[in-house]
Amino acid sequence: MDAPRVSRAIGDPKIRRVGFFASDSSATDSLMIPSPRHRSIPVPPTHPSGDRHVASGSYDPTEYPKLATGIEKRGEEEEEKEVLQSSLKPLKAKTTKAERRALQEAQRAAKAASKDEGSKAVAESGRGTPGKSTKQSSQKKGGPSCVSPVATDKNAGNRPLDKDRKMDAPSPRMQFDDKSRLEKARRCAVVNPTESRNKVELFQHLPQYEYGTQLPNLESKFFQIGSVHPAVFEVGLRYSAGDISGGNARCIAMLRAFQDAIRDYCTPHEKVLVRDLASKISSYVSFFTECRPLSMSMGNAIRFVKSRIVNLTLNHSEFEAKTTLCSDIDRFINEKIILADKVIVRHAFTKVKDGDVLLTYGLSCVVEMILLYAYEQGKKFRVVVVDSRPRLEGQALLRRLVAKGLSCTYTHINAVSYIMHEVTRVLLGASAVLSNGTVYSRVGTSCVAMVAHAFHVPVLICCEAYKFHERVQLDSICSNELGDPDAIARVPGRMDVSYLSNWASEDNLRLLNLMYDATPSDYVSVIVTDYGMLPPTSVPVIVREYGREHLLM
Amino acid sequence: MYLLLTLIIFSRLLNSKTPGEGEGRSEMWWRSASFIMDRQQQQNQGDSSNPNISAYYETRAAHHGVVTSDWLAQAQAAIGPEPQPQPQLSPDPDKPFSVIDQFNSWRKQPHLAEAVAAIRALAAVIRSSQATTMMQLEIELKKASDSLKSWDTSSISLTAGCDLFMRYVTRTSALEYEDFNSAKSRLIERAEKFGEISYKARKVIAMLSQDFIFDGCTILVHGFSRVVFEVLKLAAQNNKLFRVFCTEGRPDRTGLRLSNELAKLDVPVKLLIDSAVAYTMDEVDMVFVGADGVVESGGIINMMGTYQIALVAHSMNKPVYVAAESYKFARLYPLDQKDLAPALRPIDFGVPIPSKVEVERSARDYTPPQYLTLLFTDLGVLTPSVVSDELIQLYL
Repeated sequence: MDAPRVSRAIGDPKIRRVGFFASDSSATDSLMIPSPRHRSIPVPPTHPSGDRHVASGSYDPTEYPKLATGIEKRGEEEEEKEVLQSSLKPLKAKTTKAERRALQEAQRAAKAASKDEGSKAVAESGRGTPGKSTKQSSQKKGGPSCVSPVATDKNAGNRPLDKDRKMDAPSPRMQFDDKSRLEKARRCAVVNPTESRNKVELFQHLPQYEYGTQLPNLESKFFQIGSVHPAVFEVGLRYSAGDISGGNARCIAMLRAFQDAIRDYCTPHEKVLVRDLASKISSYVSFFTECRPLSMSMGNAIRFVKSRIVNLTLNHSEFEAKTTLCSDIDRFINEKIILADKVIVRHAFTKVKDGDVLLTYGLSCVVEMILLYAYEQGKKFRVVVVDSRPRLEGQALLRRLVAKGLSCTYTHINAVSYIMHEVTRVLLGASAVLSNGTVYSRVGTSCVAMVAHAFHVPVLICCEAYKFHERVQLDSICSNELGDPDAIARVPGRMDVSYLSNWASEDNLRLLNLMYDATPSDYVSVIVTDYGMLPPTSVPVIVREYGREHLLM
Repeated sequence: MYLLLTLIIFSRLLNSKTPGEGEGRSEMWWRSASFIMDRQQQQNQGDSSNPNISAYYETRAAHHGVVTSDWLAQAQAAIGPEPQPQPQLSPDPDKPFSVIDQFNSWRKQPHLAEAVAAIRALAAVIRSSQATTMMQLEIELKKASDSLKSWDTSSISLTAGCDLFMRYVTRTSALEYEDFNSAKSRLIERAEKFGEISYKARKVIAMLSQDFIFDGCTILVHGFSRVVFEVLKLAAQNNKLFRVFCTEGRPDRTGLRLSNELAKLDVPVKLLIDSAVAYTMDEVDMVFVGADGVVESGGIINMMGTYQIALVAHSMNKPVYVAAESYKFARLYPLDQKDLAPALRPIDFGVPIPSKVEVERSARDYTPPQYLTLLFTDLGVLTPSVVSDELIQLYL
């Protein structure tokens, strides 16, 4: 009972700094980037934030001589002022009269600066179309929703960085059907983009599948791209090739690459380590995003790394800072992933009984650990592995289980209703668990969970707590990842079956290969995490109570 | 002292069952009461003819004065040998301290909840402890708590009470800055106050529930829960006009006991056999049940039949209200009925059962949270989904 009260009491002094910061910013006419404050927590970087980091990297003319034009610099400064203006609005109630007058002066200066060029803010929802009047009306419509994330952050007692607030306010995710912003992001991209062919209409707002085709380009450019560390480059290549898949494996590989990059890092002359290292990490993140869109676990891990960088004090030497960061990353990997998996295995093992028939879908490393551990402990049970095209990930799990001696049944997802009547438990992994209890996992998971629910079979979602996210998602369309459409046209092992090989030339044919789906919380019996077994309704408690601990560990 | 306690128990049995019986029957009842304690002593020593019988339900049967033919047969068998004199309730100086004896002596009080009895027993451990540091005291408490929990693994409130007290001992950081003696006395004081907390919890729950009981309503009650009885008693004292349907509650006949108590309060009562629940559900406005334990999923573990009643009420859109104290919240997550450790009890069918026939003797069932409407606790009126939140904040 004591811990939450203490954390709430600590939260109060942060609000005091808000007014102090506001008066500081109004004192200077030119906008300088504020120094990082204690316990600032950045929002999770998504695709548009990664691109914007690349854009902010263009301030350094030595790295990007071609891109460092005066127009773009002025555009960036203008955007920062706009975000500052919008972020200052929630602080009105907390400031004194003099500070309020200072805020108004700052807003007036920002408005005067914004008159020079047109507004570039994009509405959060809906598609942007050419025409200023439409943009302005949609911008007004999106105004209150832009402010509310900042207010929510303030209620939680956490205060995002100025840069992160700039990313947060315009839109949480970039809509890939907005042409002007897409063009701007592509100009800053490290790799050459290729035009996507035959987009599916309903999913045009998602990042289109390009990264698979980038592999030859990336390989040939290994010695040309000097801004990306070789370890990061290698991991990015393996993301594109599909060698590393799964939320935990991708997260660990990314963190190891960050460690290598941090160890080899040297602070450039006349630069501050904290700021320069953060921008380097951001450029690496944008590179990873181009290789393959980030998963939720990677987003939370990146948020953790950035919070550790920000918390480094300026008194640390470079060696101490680097050592501290590497040990923090090691601790994150050990506590949040490896030890969490062990705890999840212990909890889920209590639900496996002799005579059980356990069904799992696809390949989840923690579910595999549970099955192997229960088998080693002498439980007598049978496993049903459900699989689906085009990835057929369950085959790898099946091979490993059979090699260990487990009794297995293998089937495809179209037969899941036929086999569900003999199943006693369903064990599923998850890429993320969202605030409303929605489980975001490999496509097909929702189908399996719904069939199990109809047969009154308990569904156990095994997920580490660091994959919990405070976002709310109601369907699989707003946010998803598109895979290679050619994978659907191909049947592995049957080269003669190639009826769809020319699908790209057909104007009336689109192939859609979705990677994830969203399972509503009604179909989930229990979520097994490293904090115990939770009903889906208690995910916000874990996010609220231990998200802070997670970032401040 | 022992004789006085025996007379108290005996007179309760006499008053509740046979007020006008002659002297011969009184002699038999006296021996029957002592037979119950004899069997409990045997269970303490581990030599029991019924090792699977839940001690929890034995005590509840003794509290309620339930008479079954099995019970009568055992009473008849006990008449033959003369019962040995009972040991004193307070431990002898020569005899080593036993937390289980303390727990059993506290548990015999009918108005005391099991969790409170457990915490009182742990307080006795603190009082008689020879430890000189906080760490030693915690170790002794841990051993006593574990032995209590393993003594009756089927009692959820016993486990929850022990866990709650151990959580208090390990979590209160203020104890670290005090000297040992004041910390020890603080723990004892806290344990003594827990009984008051339990009694006040019933008062709080009864007051919270009054908003849900309206004039002219009909309430279906299953099992004899002290909290539910307190709710109905307060509603009657507030001059509310309502009817109560009591299920018979075989094989313990708890409904008979509850209907008797409600009749004393001039509440209109209708007694139903257990299979008549669906038949009368259209007359019912709400269902009130107690809980042996409230689990992490938000569901409850209660007397056998609760799940069935909740299913019927859910399908006919009647609300199901659970009245339970917050110390009954337990860190369990059952997925189905067979996920619980079985708590068995003897069942009397009135006729001899053929040896080839198998009898389901489980005493309780698990009701999932989707069939429960609200939980009335001393923490407030909660939806079932909040139970996990409270447990997270308490234990993690």
